[in-house]
Amino acid sequence: MPDVSRRSVLRFVGGAVAVAPLTACGSDHANTLRISYQQFGSGRVMEAYIKQAAADFSKNRPGTAVELVPLVAAENDYFTKNELMMSSSRTACDLVYEDTFILESDVAAGYLRPIDEYISKWPEWKRYHAVTREAVKAEDGKTYGVPIATDTRGIWYHSEVLEKAGIKAPWQPKTWDDLLEAARTIKRELPGVIPLNIYASKASGEKTSMQGFEMLLYGTDSTLYDEDQKKWVIGSQGFRDSLQFIRTVYSEKLGPPLSSALDPNLAETAQNGWFPKGEMAMMIDGSWISRAWLDDGPGKWPKATEVVKLATMPTQRGQGAGITTLAGGHSWAFPAKAQQHDLAFEFVRHLCSLKNLSEVTINDRNVTTRTDIAELPAYKNSSTFLPFFTNLVKDATYRPALAPYPQISTAIQVACEQVMTGSRSPAQAARAYDNAVIEIVGRDHTTKEA
Amino acid sequence: MATATTSAQSAKPRPHIRWSRGMPMLPTLVILLLFLAGPVLYSVYLAFTNRALRGEGASETSFVGLDNFTQAFDTSAFWNSFTLTIIFTLVSGVIGQTVLGMALALLLRRAPSWVQAITGAVVVGAWIVPEVVAGYLWYTFLSEDGSLNNILDLLHLPSQDWLISAPIIAVSFANIWRGTAFAMLTFSAALAQISPELEESAQIDGAGPIRRFWSITLPLLRRAMMTALMLITLQTLSVFGLIYVMTGGGPSAQSQTLPLYMYEQAFSYGQLGYGTAIALLLLGIGGIAALAYLRVLPKEDKE
Repeated sequence: MPDVSRRSVLRFVGGAVAVAPLTACGSDHANTLRISYQQFGSGRVMEAYIKQAAADFSKNRPGTAVELVPLVAAENDYFTKNELMMSSSRTACDLVYEDTFILESDVAAGYLRPIDEYISKWPEWKRYHAVTREAVKAEDGKTYGVPIATDTRGIWYHSEVLEKAGIKAPWQPKTWDDLLEAARTIKRELPGVIPLNIYASKASGEKTSMQGFEMLLYGTDSTLYDEDQKKWVIGSQGFRDSLQFIRTVYSEKLGPPLSSALDPNLAETAQNGWFPKGEMAMMIDGSWISRAWLDDGPGKWPKATEVVKLATMPTQRGQGAGITTLAGGHSWAFPAKAQQHDLAFEFVRHLCSLKNLSEVTINDRNVTTRTDIAELPAYKNSSTFLPFFTNLVKDATYRPALAPYPQISTAIQVACEQVMTGSRSPAQAARAYDNAVIEIVGRDHTTKEA
Repeated sequence: MATATTSAQSAKPRPHIRWSRGMPMLPTLVILLLFLAGPVLYSVYLAFTNRALRGEGASETSFVGLDNFTQAFDTSAFWNSFTLTIIFTLVSGVIGQTVLGMALALLLRRAPSWVQAITGAVVVGAWIVPEVVAGYLWYTFLSEDGSLNNILDLLHLPSQDWLISAPIIAVSFANIWRGTAFAMLTFSAALAQISPELEESAQIDGAGPIRRFWSITLPLLRRAMMTALMLITLQTLSVFGLIYVMTGGGPSAQSQTLPLYMYEQAFSYGQLGYGTAIALLLLGIGGIAALAYLRVLPKEDKE
């Protein structure tokens, strides 16, 4: 075809290349493994990790290719896109990146397949912390995912600010009252400094449920979901006490001003604004927030490693283990409607080899789910704060992330916001929550705390 | 070719139109049915199922009859959204945009052309701005350290926090700002149709400006009013982006109108069947409003 100009050929090929990524998972190529993951913001660590692992993987297996399917979306939209793809065998990928928040919902929906037969033959499996192995088990007792990384929560405090208020580091509250007392001291000694941030608005979404309310509730004698009866707990004393704690923080003005507390951007304001400037003393928050203070982060703060210290969240009266922490995280899961389960698990074994997994964990500054990685010097030295959060993993609580959880979580956020703004008393807000839960799951799936 | 046939047709009586002449339309019809009617009917069907993306109703979809609707009527969140939708539509659409649009149209009637040009540009500019941008502009204007509070500070007036204390009013204002242009343009066009002689003769008969407006202008504008009101109502009922950007429906659902409630149910909780049922109810509310306006129009206007 001598009369066809080079340009038009190039244009055609260019068009084909541009269209190619649009055809998502599920073409009939045997030996092409498709893997979908969340691509949000500017981070490319995940992509680089999968690409590198895929290149090695196909090198040892001629004829096998790995295709990356990045889903560009924020959290909720990622869940939705992923679920829509998993619901048809034409679009289901062989491997998906699943948040533990949604894992059990997707199991209940029949999107995922159990992997017990594979992990029983996989020596590395026992290297995962018991709690992280429990977190990927569903109601039926079967395992549905391989954990990649986790995250835990504690109290970040600005040691210079506490010092000024007369509180010496290392500081460690033993009970809720100790924490409130420290906040009151800061308020008294340092007017203009916000003593404590605890998320409590609907706009903060899951941060309010997990970093805020549940960090309190799991330190009381009550719980959110009764595992034995398989029912959601209503009318519990711990629920009211947790709301009372939030009420105390905001009524005594120990937290951020209401307008900021209700703002969806509170997290950024607190982590990258107030806290580094010394205008906020303590934050109950997750293990990942120090990433923002790195040299290439949005809130660059070189002094962070010197002045920022960590304390564990105490239980209500110091009961039980004396500390509370919630854990979340992500895992690799296997869509039921995909074709190549064996190959997909082969690839997961490769993705989770000590070398590959430790590299991505260190690069992404995640908390590891594995005992062998936790021992690596490279991991321990990768961040000042990581060892503290890694130590918390073994005692961590995972959310009862069942199908109704996203809605129940919203009901929790509404209750927190009501007591934060003072529009309802803790008792009233707790009653409204109970009614909301009955509306969501039906009375038969609830149990009243004795 | 067209000219040839028309001249031939005018020469002799029109031949009987055959179906075969509609053949070229067939592909269009098929595509319309496939891509427009199909999804519409499917979504109506969805409203009567428990289709969900998560949990129960995702593993197998079953027909549940009117369950979604009874569930909506039993849920306080639905009634909260319903009330807010009515408030939002009345305040920002029916009252705000219509009254302000009418006032602007009347004032600009006698204004010098340069005033008309500038006002028109400003008002229509607000209308052209994409919904998301308008929402963000208003968010930055009303937020805690936004421009409005800075202005109030300069004037030593107390600051406001409407996004938190009166969110539905805040989003209503934003919607009035954004949508007034449409009413203004409609009424300006209608006013231009009224012959000046009518007004002049009324003036000679001694009618003051208010009397002239009530007895002459308003009755003549009735058709334009009803058309504008109907379109504004239907547009306002379905406003989503503006509210989503400004308040996200919060704080705690105090500005969660039905479109936002529907979005939350369908896409945050994956309850597609229930969300679609809410969408149908919203459609029903729009239909009732449209019928009501049609009833108000006197018979002679409907010709």
